[in-house]
Amino acid sequence: MAAINRDDVAHLAQLAHIEMSAEELDRMAGELAVIVDSVKSVSEAAGDDVPATSHPIPLTNVFREDVVGHTLTAEQALSGAPDSDDNRFKVPAILDEA
Amino acid sequence: MTDTNELIRLSAARLAEKLRAGEVTSVQVTQAFLDRIAAVDGGERGVNAFLHVNTEEALAVAAEVDAIRAAGGAAAEELHELAGVPIAVKDLIVTIGQPTTAGSKILEGWHSPYDATVVKRLRAAKMPILGKTNLDEFAMGSSTEHSAYGPTRNPWDLDRIPGGSGGGSAAAVAAFEAPLALGTDTGGSIRQPGAVTGTVGVKPTYGSVSRYGAIAMASSLDQIGPVSRTVLDSALLHQVIGGHDPFDSTSLPDPLADLAAAARLGSVDGMKIGIIKELHGEGYQAGVENRFNESLDLLKEAGAEIVEVSCPNFKYALGAYYLIMPSEASSNLAKFDGVRYGLRVLPEEGPLTIERVMGATRAAGFGDEVKRRIILGTYALSAGYYDAYYGSAQKVRTLIQRDFEAAFAQADVLISPTAPTTAFKLGEKLNDPLAMYLNDVATIPANMAGVPGLSLPGGLADEDGLPVGIQLLAPARQDARLYQVGAVLESLLENKWGGPLLAQAPELAGSTETQEAK
Repeated sequence: MAAINRDDVAHLAQLAHIEMSAEELDRMAGELAVIVDSVKSVSEAAGDDVPATSHPIPLTNVFREDVVGHTLTAEQALSGAPDSDDNRFKVPAILDEA
Repeated sequence: MTDTNELIRLSAARLAEKLRAGEVTSVQVTQAFLDRIAAVDGGERGVNAFLHVNTEEALAVAAEVDAIRAAGGAAAEELHELAGVPIAVKDLIVTIGQPTTAGSKILEGWHSPYDATVVKRLRAAKMPILGKTNLDEFAMGSSTEHSAYGPTRNPWDLDRIPGGSGGGSAAAVAAFEAPLALGTDTGGSIRQPGAVTGTVGVKPTYGSVSRYGAIAMASSLDQIGPVSRTVLDSALLHQVIGGHDPFDSTSLPDPLADLAAAARLGSVDGMKIGIIKELHGEGYQAGVENRFNESLDLLKEAGAEIVEVSCPNFKYALGAYYLIMPSEASSNLAKFDGVRYGLRVLPEEGPLTIERVMGATRAAGFGDEVKRRIILGTYALSAGYYDAYYGSAQKVRTLIQRDFEAAFAQADVLISPTAPTTAFKLGEKLNDPLAMYLNDVATIPANMAGVPGLSLPGGLADEDGLPVGIQLLAPARQDARLYQVGAVLESLLENKWGGPLLAQAPELAGSTETQEAK
């Protein structure tokens, strides 16, 4: 498995929407390289015949009657919003106007 | 009336008895704990277990219980067994009327518009909520040092960590600031703090306690559970919070067993208890190993049969956990984007787009450990690596489940030390994430397989005089066995010590600041 380098971390930080300074990228790349190296053996642990487990206790899909239940009011839903207007969350431009 | 200093040291079960008998009021009990919090929690050398103290509401609920009891009649008889017994809640669990921070700057000052199911159940039982306890940011850590609001200190030694992520809940209970607390356990965050603070902590079977309203780290691993000073107290609290919840799609439909009855059974005669070969010995502190062996001897004397089992795939558990957990966390934490709640930070320069606002908000709002795990998870889930990392880790999960199945074919419960070491010093492992992760080596397998685990105090390590935790593990849905064996072992150990382990903890002086204020 490939090691993780500074360019990888920069790309991943962008995907994860976390701005990182040059110093942070350097440090994070070093720390993550050690962690990634330590988890390497996981890929060799199980053969192709072993099924994956995504959930610890097998459950089937849960359905309920399609009736209106408990919901938050608009006021409650917006109560923690950094900015809102006219019963909606307000955000800066979605698209880069440049 | 009992002296308040004595009152705060009583178990929840004993407090409940005294409340029912009218020997003490809930207001007196609740006030005693609030006073204790004021005396030992704040200031330079305070325990710092609480991020928020809920004085007014706690006393109001206590007064309500007292009024119902005083009036008598059907309403008094219908009161829950633990009505009027106060509790602290880990600040990862949302509450109306109190802030919820998850230990993060990104949620500073945020108030949830709804209650977690477990909180609703505490309210229904009329248990006064003393406040919200400190934790590693978004429950990511084993020391509470990753809290954005400063570390919690271990009441046994204020220069040491109280474990994590639920160090606040464990320290609050160990320091007699609360008789009970709620925690959450993704890889050991209830059990490892229990071990290093000399308290009891239980991770129930996955799905047996609703996760609705617990801010998610890794949804397939997270579990809310009880924190207390005695095994019976955890059983009683587990019964308050457990059972099916339609608001959590992973909630088990099974009815809850009578866990308190299991804790009161008082016998392990004929039970088979399995030592997990891979979870002791090399890498475990000598004092931890000694206390562990002592517990085995006591259980043997009490009529249990000790067998050895092998779980060869546990060696992959830590690695697989550090792929699955960050993967799920990176996805769960995507919602903290500065749009619907919490912090919003605008970029200092350049165009003001939502993407750049997200980047600036998450850069400022998340701490290092959270960023590390989000990046690691994003990496493990990215195209080209998915099969090798996330896919392989999920296969390891199957292997761990098979190991447990084989082990439980030979034993009714399994036993191991809860953590390989006693509490380390604050700052000791802060710059070495991998060393920190290793402290959860014995607790992680239970989360990977969804089985329940309990940690109880096993005594003090000879070399440093600090608490050692003993972990019991049972098959999924067999939580009752943990309480049965745990309570027997607890009573055998307490006979040996001549009382609870916490009676040996150093007296907390309290901060000079609060003493002056008094």
